[in-house]
Amino acid sequence: MIHRRQFLRFAAAGAGSLLLAPHIVFANVATERRFVFIIQRGAADGLNTVVPYADPAYAGLRGDLAIDPATALKLDGTFALHSSLAELAKMYAAKQALFVQAVASPYRDRSHFDGQNVLETGGVNPYQLKDGWLNRLVSLMPKSKGDAIAFAPTIPLALRGGAEVTSYAPSNLKEADDDLLTRVSTLYDADPQLHALWSEAMQARGLADQQKAGQSPQDVGRTAATFLGRADGPRIAMIETNGWDTHSAQAGRLGNQLRGLDALIAALRDGLGDNWAQTTVFVATEFGRTAAANGTQGTDHGTASAAMVVGGAVKGGRILSDWPGLSAKALYEGRDLAPTLDLDALIATVAAESLHLDPELTMRTLFPDRPFNKALSGLISA
Amino acid sequence: MATPPNADQAIALNRFGLGARADDTAPADPRQWLLGQMDHYEAAPAAFASADTSAAIASQYREDRADLKADAKDDDADAKAAALKALRQKGQELYRTEVAMRVASALTTPTPFLERLVYFWANHFAVSADKPQVTILAGAFEREAIRPHVLGRFEDMLIAVERHPAMLFFLDQVRSAGPNSKLAERVERNGNKRKIGINENLAREIMELHTLGVRTGYTQADVTQFALALSGWSIGGLNAKTEGDETAGFKFRPPMHEPGPKTIIGKSYPQQGEGQARAVLHDLASSDATALHLATKLARHFIADDPPDEAVAALQAAFISSRGDLPTVYHTLIDLKSAWTPQPVKFKTPWEWTISALRGLGMTDVTDMPVAPMLNQLGQPVWRPRSPAGYDDIAASWAAPDALVRRVEVAQRLTRKLDIDPRQLAPRILPAVSTMTATEVGRAESLHTGLALLIVSPDFQRR
Repeated sequence: MIHRRQFLRFAAAGAGSLLLAPHIVFANVATERRFVFIIQRGAADGLNTVVPYADPAYAGLRGDLAIDPATALKLDGTFALHSSLAELAKMYAAKQALFVQAVASPYRDRSHFDGQNVLETGGVNPYQLKDGWLNRLVSLMPKSKGDAIAFAPTIPLALRGGAEVTSYAPSNLKEADDDLLTRVSTLYDADPQLHALWSEAMQARGLADQQKAGQSPQDVGRTAATFLGRADGPRIAMIETNGWDTHSAQAGRLGNQLRGLDALIAALRDGLGDNWAQTTVFVATEFGRTAAANGTQGTDHGTASAAMVVGGAVKGGRILSDWPGLSAKALYEGRDLAPTLDLDALIATVAAESLHLDPELTMRTLFPDRPFNKALSGLISA
Repeated sequence: MATPPNADQAIALNRFGLGARADDTAPADPRQWLLGQMDHYEAAPAAFASADTSAAIASQYREDRADLKADAKDDDADAKAAALKALRQKGQELYRTEVAMRVASALTTPTPFLERLVYFWANHFAVSADKPQVTILAGAFEREAIRPHVLGRFEDMLIAVERHPAMLFFLDQVRSAGPNSKLAERVERNGNKRKIGINENLAREIMELHTLGVRTGYTQADVTQFALALSGWSIGGLNAKTEGDETAGFKFRPPMHEPGPKTIIGKSYPQQGEGQARAVLHDLASSDATALHLATKLARHFIADDPPDEAVAALQAAFISSRGDLPTVYHTLIDLKSAWTPQPVKFKTPWEWTISALRGLGMTDVTDMPVAPMLNQLGQPVWRPRSPAGYDDIAASWAAPDALVRRVEVAQRLTRKLDIDPRQLAPRILPAVSTMTATEVGRAESLHTGLALLIVSPDFQRR
């Protein structure tokens, strides 16, 4: 019987892929930069994440949900970080984290699914574009830099499109034996869709090399770090987090969510070691939540929210915000934090600076119908 | 491309049904076979004989919670945590039992097309078993709010769904109260700091997901007004603190209802109390936008990811002219030429693939099989889409590298102890089996590898 590891290379070679001799293909990787997009699905509450504790209207709007500035982690004279984000606060202190407040995609109608579609495709309206901006970012990279990878059993929309990507998620299932895998390869050979998917899967399995990983946020961070840390590994990754739709009993739920996010990013940093200096992690959600608490200790769908830029190369230790304030007349449609920064331009700038791409070209490719904001430059060290 | 022999039989069994069983006789008249199922559909088949009602489940939950609380001393945080954990585990056990019943029903049903429609509607009106109360009630929700209405009127299903405790919990409706309600007045009079207000979640998702569809002309103001109309729609039983409030199920709570007329999409609703939101639901159910939204989803489910316009138009017209009579809509669906294209058009979801594999391999009793965790691994845990939009119904959501490997791993596990000849099984469960699949299955080095190949073959992955 062929040894599993050899088999995987063999199978991948049959697929005309790059894994035949990883040490050759990846030897000429020009950049060591990594870019990780973490999506918060469900409209994360930016106001209780990067808390505008000094805004005179904040405590009144939030009532019992207001974060007590005494327990929060002060960032500056205006903002504090939720206390569940202890590791991110350390990164902020070490100038490796930058928080962006009152930021939004062009989408304004408060449907999760449409909002995520706009965030992930980079269109102006839902369903206008079919592929994702992260996939188009892959297309800007020289092909030999390796595929992008999704840490999920399926490919999220942001990564779907013409450029090849793969996915990996730890499984508790018993692995199929090599004979079956070989025969499946033959069976899928003539089926374009299944053949492509199968080849990708075999490559990802080769990279994972039978490591057993769990599914806690720390595990996900660690697993992502193992992939991204390899010399021949992928350079672009996306991680999906769910559970941010806090219509009721928000305080406990948001605390848990943020603790998970904090642990995930910390595990990624620790796992990447020296490579952390070459890494940018970008965290964003489809839209924010109402400025005021609702009647069930939660918040409803809103507009602007917070985003995070974290990593060794980030020019951090600051807040990027044109803070609109929370006074009744400053609120968007009388209820939501008003957007003053464009999430699309922010993504394009951060991605371009992280991966040494031309920012204007990146903007045109990722967000074809959106204005480029030059003022956002200088977020990542060259 | 020439139509393969037996194509219509294969389509009836696989595209409209749950996949053929090894002992099925292929239907002589495939269309009639589908239509005939409507005459002997059972809303409560034997597979669910031992299931409890949501009222019974809820009162058991209430008792268990009270017992566990009494056992754990107030000042002992560890004991409290352990008690909560025990309660959660009990909920998980019930959930697994419910999943097993759903699988048993899928494996034994004489009306597989109607089971498919049950899943379709349950996913359209998705609840997600993330909150403990929804974990224990998701199965009952499908039995009580979906199954009895699958051959009825859409409006009746809609009302049953929005009044079911599982939905009221899932979309945070239970404590939504009007800011000018009697409850709000009382709280203010007592100088209580507690904030009283509405929660918009249910109102928004009813319009966006359950009826009109997103971007169909309603505004934020309509959502807010509808949420006000829904205030007071709550439940008894589960979390009730007051004596005499033990009956679990829908309960209208007048003190929480926002008084006064509401204007929603240009129409004023003067009704008082519970009837107000009901009147809104009636209008939403009868809207042309709702008909279009449902027609599109049905066509996407049975015809193609990107369904042809004329199919959608025909289904919408059937819905409108019959005033939401679902059997009329299903008749139209079966009559559509585009529903019978011989090439397989849909990539099976993990649930569809698992059920068709179990049926194809001749399994009827899966008591000892951990089906719920298996579906978890395959990426589609039952009743747990994590989103009120339900699971996606397009190939791109399911056809992914890792997902494919997992199907192969499950296939190996399902087949390793079987003693069936895959060469004989292939044409029985895939009446239009491709030459490629038949050849490769026949070349396998063992029966179980052959069987595993059969159920992961391109033909079997699609319907």
